[in-house]
Amino acid sequence: MHNQDFFTQALIYLGAAVISVPLAKKLGLGSVLGYLLAGILIGPFVLGLIGNDADDVMHFAEFGVVLMLFIIGLELEPSLLWKMRKSIFGLGGLQVLITAGVITVISLAFNFQINRAIAIGLIFALSSTAIVLQTLSEKGLMRNIAGKSAFSVLLFQDMAVIPILALLPLIATLGQPAALSDSSLSKIGGMAQLPGWLQLLIIIGAIAALVVVGRFMARYVFRLIAETGLHEVFVALSLLMVIGIALGMDKIGLSPALGTFIAGVVLADSEYRHELEITIDPFKGLLLGLFFISVGASINFNLLVENPGTVVFFVILLIVVKFIVLLILGRIFRLRKGFEFLFAFLLAQSSEFSFVLISFSKQNQLFDEKTASMLLLIVTLSMAISPLLLIFNDKAVSPILARRQNKPEYDEVDEQESPVILAGFGRFGLVIGRILLANNIKVTILDNNPSNVEVLRKYGFKLYFGDVTRSQMLEKAGIQNARMLILSMAEHDDALKVAKYVREKYPKVKILARAKDIFHTFEFYNLNVRIVQRETFDSANELGAKALVELGFNRYEAYRISRTFKHHEDQITDELYEHWLEDHNRFIRESRRFSEQVSDTLQAEKNYLIHESECAWDINSIKEEELSNSKMEGTEN
Amino acid sequence: MINSALIGAVRGLENVTINELYENYPDFFIDVEKEKKLLVEHDIIVWHHPFYWYSAPAILKEWMDLVLQHGFAYGRTGRALQGKWVLSAVSTGGRQEVYTETGSHHYSVNEFLIPFKQSATLCRMRYLPPFVTHGAHTITPAELNKQAARYLEAITGLRDEKYPEKDFENVEYFNHLTTSNA
Repeated sequence: MHNQDFFTQALIYLGAAVISVPLAKKLGLGSVLGYLLAGILIGPFVLGLIGNDADDVMHFAEFGVVLMLFIIGLELEPSLLWKMRKSIFGLGGLQVLITAGVITVISLAFNFQINRAIAIGLIFALSSTAIVLQTLSEKGLMRNIAGKSAFSVLLFQDMAVIPILALLPLIATLGQPAALSDSSLSKIGGMAQLPGWLQLLIIIGAIAALVVVGRFMARYVFRLIAETGLHEVFVALSLLMVIGIALGMDKIGLSPALGTFIAGVVLADSEYRHELEITIDPFKGLLLGLFFISVGASINFNLLVENPGTVVFFVILLIVVKFIVLLILGRIFRLRKGFEFLFAFLLAQSSEFSFVLISFSKQNQLFDEKTASMLLLIVTLSMAISPLLLIFNDKAVSPILARRQNKPEYDEVDEQESPVILAGFGRFGLVIGRILLANNIKVTILDNNPSNVEVLRKYGFKLYFGDVTRSQMLEKAGIQNARMLILSMAEHDDALKVAKYVREKYPKVKILARAKDIFHTFEFYNLNVRIVQRETFDSANELGAKALVELGFNRYEAYRISRTFKHHEDQITDELYEHWLEDHNRFIRESRRFSEQVSDTLQAEKNYLIHESECAWDINSIKEEELSNSKMEGTEN
Repeated sequence: MINSALIGAVRGLENVTINELYENYPDFFIDVEKEKKLLVEHDIIVWHHPFYWYSAPAILKEWMDLVLQHGFAYGRTGRALQGKWVLSAVSTGGRQEVYTETGSHHYSVNEFLIPFKQSATLCRMRYLPPFVTHGAHTITPAELNKQAARYLEAITGLRDEKYPEKDFENVEYFNHLTTSNA
């Protein structure tokens, strides 16, 4: 029967996820919101498919956060982490202290006792690692400066959980000295009875052991297992390691997430890093999804319906307070140009750690049942709202900021008469820029990634931080006098927008564009931009030629093959465009025909000796002719 | 310089197609079918090039290698070019005097052009006396203008069939048939 229960549950959870997540993504809401909605849907309040077991599921699924931090650790080399120390301890430390302080004061104003006020402050100071990191990686913001700052803060918060857990029982005794119970303390601490210095020693010793084992021993064990060739044993070992570390850390009173994070960092430069990442990733994804669903399912709507005003008021108050503190700190730590808003919106919710902290406080008689469930509801709702906050930032705040900050925030472009404007100076634009600059052509370079601008400026490139989708930026860059605009940016839709605008307003400017794929190429053709380069085709083609060389073709043969392929592609691109214009269905039909044609061509080439110069003196046809000549001569004689 | 002046003189003429190989095939990837079609559509073919090492630049040689196929241009069934005229229009750095038995190049331009002449003949085409511009490095703008005028005259004359065929047998260079002959 137990099994059946398990499978029924799995059916409900997985089914809800499979239906709501793609739907949410389609609507541009992101996967986190999709999972949360799925949770609400199957939760007790709507369909009631799952009951109070959501809490158990949540505790189990929290392990997803542990796995996530392990993977993040894997991607973060120690040197990188060292570079982040300022923002981890400075920004993160200040965020926790100030937010906790402000919330404590506010709680006092609502007539909480001092000890409870402090507890509330500490609990609400944390933000959700799970939601924020999932959002960051989904939106590709991990390398964005706002994303990095958010990550630093989260890392500090993970570390701060340990002292907070140690502090809560002490706080509980502040008001009512008799209430401290040893049993609950030892439950989390496990060794809290030991003197402080010994605890510290054990923690340091454990981390040192982790580093030494990870650095010098792990690879031998991994190699031993990898050599068996049994993939599932490797999977088992990986999970065993992470679970072992998590449990061990828990035992000595460290956060499991922090412990596995350190393990990840230690293993970041080992040769098994990628294998580990790939192995752990699906577990992480599933568990995190499960976690978000259970958060959604645990929203106590009854409490919300009973006191809607109070709940909504406190949720908004919490988010506003956190947001303001984050915004100010972001500014102090040099986040500008809208990135401070992104940073603040990212972290304005409460944390999954808060669940643990609240139930722990309840055990310590800090809160009664009613207050605790109210706090839980506020935490849950703030987490559920946070994806919406980001959407709000994307759709409402950043466009307004972009418009308002127009003058002071973007770089001033020197008045200069460059014949060429290059929009986008990342991996793609950099190459174009170097070719032009090496030939003494003046180029005005624009890029919308401030850290990119900063780095490349150090290398002596003269580039400006700016957003070309805004017409003023283009005009400042001198579009009215430019001969050419090269759209090398990775933002495909924006590139089309700019091309359209420039085509209409400055028809004399020649536009060259980087396209994502064939359809994107056609969109440019529609705007009468005909010089379009597909961003990956040529590189792939060249690598294909290199593959042929390695397979034994001579280099010239391989070169000719890739050339043939390219010329054929160029030719059919134009033809396909005509079909695409007339009828999108016909396009599909035609492209199928063309792909047959490519294989026909290539097949013919194979029979035909690849290079036409090989048949320049077509041996076969000459031989045939000479043979028939001599035959004729023979008959004549 | 020389050749852009000469080409410039005949660019845009009616019934004259300028097929710049370097422009069309920067990667030397010659579209054979397209070139064959061009050949069939025209009656007079001009191989216009500077004299590199007593011959044509590699791209024109590549063009000949690929386009003049057996069964198309030559061979028992290769009759597509039969009866067309071929003119070599070449420019050299050296003056005409050095292209003599006693000069530093020892042979005449016509001797160096024998492979072109024989290629044309093999393709059943008729080879005209070459249009030659000597002293390409030292030519004066005035002289270059004159030479361009002669080239224009030669090309339009050929197009309009102004030259009696027997004239071609008596001259060393095509230049000599033009009115302001050099």
